[in-house]
Amino acid sequence: MSGEALLEVENLTVSFPTDEGIVQAVRGVSFSLEPGRVLGIAGESGSGKSVTTLAIMGLLPKSARVAGSVRFDGRELLKLSERQLETVRGRRISVIFQDPMTSLNPVYTVGWQVAEAIQMHQDVSKKQAWSRAIELLELVGIPRAAERAQSYPHEFSGGMQQRVVIATAMANDPDVIIADEPTTALDVTVQAQVLDALKAAQKETNAAVIFITHDLAAMAGIADEIIIMYAGKPVESAPTDEIFYSPRMPYTVGLLASLPRLDTDASEPLRPIPGSPPQVIDLPPGCPFTPRCPLARERCHEEEPELRPFGEGHLTACHFAEELESRGGEEIFAPIAEDTEVVAG
Amino acid sequence: MAEPQRDVGATYGTAATEYAADRAVGTSVEGAPEDTAGRSQLNLAFHRFIHHRMALAGLTIFVLLVAIAFIVPHFWKWGYAEITPSFASGPSLEHPMGTDTIGHDLFAQVMQATQTSLKSAFIVTVLATVVGTVIGAIAGYYGKLADATLMRFTDLVLTVPLLALLLVLANVLSKQSSNYIYIAIIIAAVLWTYLARLVRGTFLSLREHDYVIAARAIGARDRRIIFRHMVPNAMGPIVVNATLTVANAILIESALSFLGLGIQPPAVSLGNLIANGQGSATTEWWLFAFPSAVLVLIILAVNFVGDGLRDALDPRQTRVRA
Repeated sequence: MSGEALLEVENLTVSFPTDEGIVQAVRGVSFSLEPGRVLGIAGESGSGKSVTTLAIMGLLPKSARVAGSVRFDGRELLKLSERQLETVRGRRISVIFQDPMTSLNPVYTVGWQVAEAIQMHQDVSKKQAWSRAIELLELVGIPRAAERAQSYPHEFSGGMQQRVVIATAMANDPDVIIADEPTTALDVTVQAQVLDALKAAQKETNAAVIFITHDLAAMAGIADEIIIMYAGKPVESAPTDEIFYSPRMPYTVGLLASLPRLDTDASEPLRPIPGSPPQVIDLPPGCPFTPRCPLARERCHEEEPELRPFGEGHLTACHFAEELESRGGEEIFAPIAEDTEVVAG
Repeated sequence: MAEPQRDVGATYGTAATEYAADRAVGTSVEGAPEDTAGRSQLNLAFHRFIHHRMALAGLTIFVLLVAIAFIVPHFWKWGYAEITPSFASGPSLEHPMGTDTIGHDLFAQVMQATQTSLKSAFIVTVLATVVGTVIGAIAGYYGKLADATLMRFTDLVLTVPLLALLLVLANVLSKQSSNYIYIAIIIAAVLWTYLARLVRGTFLSLREHDYVIAARAIGARDRRIIFRHMVPNAMGPIVVNATLTVANAILIESALSFLGLGIQPPAVSLGNLIANGQGSATTEWWLFAFPSAVLVLIILAVNFVGDGLRDALDPRQTRVRA
């Protein structure tokens, strides 16, 4: 946890005014990212993961209200003009989007699209850009890259398309690569290959990576640190091993308990978290996880816990984190077969 | 035994055409073997189009008409303004479409008129398509104020009764010049609105596509996103509409000329030929019939081509290779 932070996000909040009220998509996210590190952000749908990324890149629609601070390499990104942001996007920070089928332009060859990213920020000839594009495609594991570069996106499988997107993301040797659920739209078997491509990209560019997913298993193999988000707020943040071996927030515990594991008896039932995430419009006071939390008490309804340090590099937002030290997910959450009624106070 | 053999032949035939088409479109970049060059959407659309029978027939007729209208006059024995010795004579070998009451050879006149109509239709289509696309694209991409301003302006132009406006404008302009270029500009000033609306709608949906956000994420500017990333994806509706604009422009030009406000004599257009001919439709039927038939033929041919293009460019079209 030492060294100069490359990207520092402080108390980032994003809200969208809608007809039903103000949607608080992100309610105060803070983290810092050092060069070459991989930060995982995990959470359910609607927990504000993707909005956080888009806010960092300044890609949110104009109706979004963004507050807080995003400092990158000494510059405040939230205050930059569109023109200034264009020199950062793709050059210093690049993004890999969730669905490769739609994030590639169907009318151009994949080689053209990688070359475009190169030419956007580097003063090179078309020919040089094209040959660099082929090198990049090779690097992310596209076989016969020189030939395949002339194919169109629809001629590629999802995994291959995502590799192209990764090649585009690393085209300008960026300092930060944000991977927004890069494996979610893919088959499990292909996911592993795409993760390998992503690791290769990180090794080549030595970029710091923000890896966003709801798939904790995919995250375990790649992240150095993990932030768990719930209802637009980080609820736990710790080095990867800590998250997996000693989670200190009931939500994290629940997420882990709902994963199938190789080291337990196969007959052991999975333990889902009952209920669903809250609407982020007009959140009631208190911890947003309260309605689904088996440990919820009076205090949880009244007071939203702040993220507080709990051991080395470990932050948690739970009033009763201490109690989790001796109890695992199988103890707290009911197995799938049993009554999964919402446990509320 | 004969059946499968024919199938094999057909398969090879198709493959050969596709190969040739791939080469023709020229998707290959230096040093790569041709057969791995990708099949672009344009390529696929081309194959769907050439398998669309009516569209192909329409295209053939259209090309033939264009060729006749532009090439044959150079060899034809009569000029369109030339007075021939015979007048008011019916179709004969000497005058395939007959002559009018003054003695003009109608065949020469119809060819000249078709030229005028096609040239003005071409100008209308290019102008209306470019203006409509740019305005629609800007409105659809930026939304908000730009959208509101441009689209209300478009609506305003649309609410003006087309023919009335054209009549007034054409009346003013035709006093100064009967040049078909002016007439074309007037028609284009109205027809761009349809395209602007269409392109705006297309852009509203394209704007939400991930590749547009992805293009912004690699640092592309608005102009590049609009013209390099989005317009090519909106090409289907644009091309189809442009084709139909051709037919529309010819019809409107003919209507104006018919009413005596478009192309002025001695210049000829299909419209004023029909207008001249209709008075004597019962006695000298050919004066009315031939120009009308050519007009109908052109409009039908262009519409069939438009239909074919719409089917070929429709991304929801599932039949990839016929």
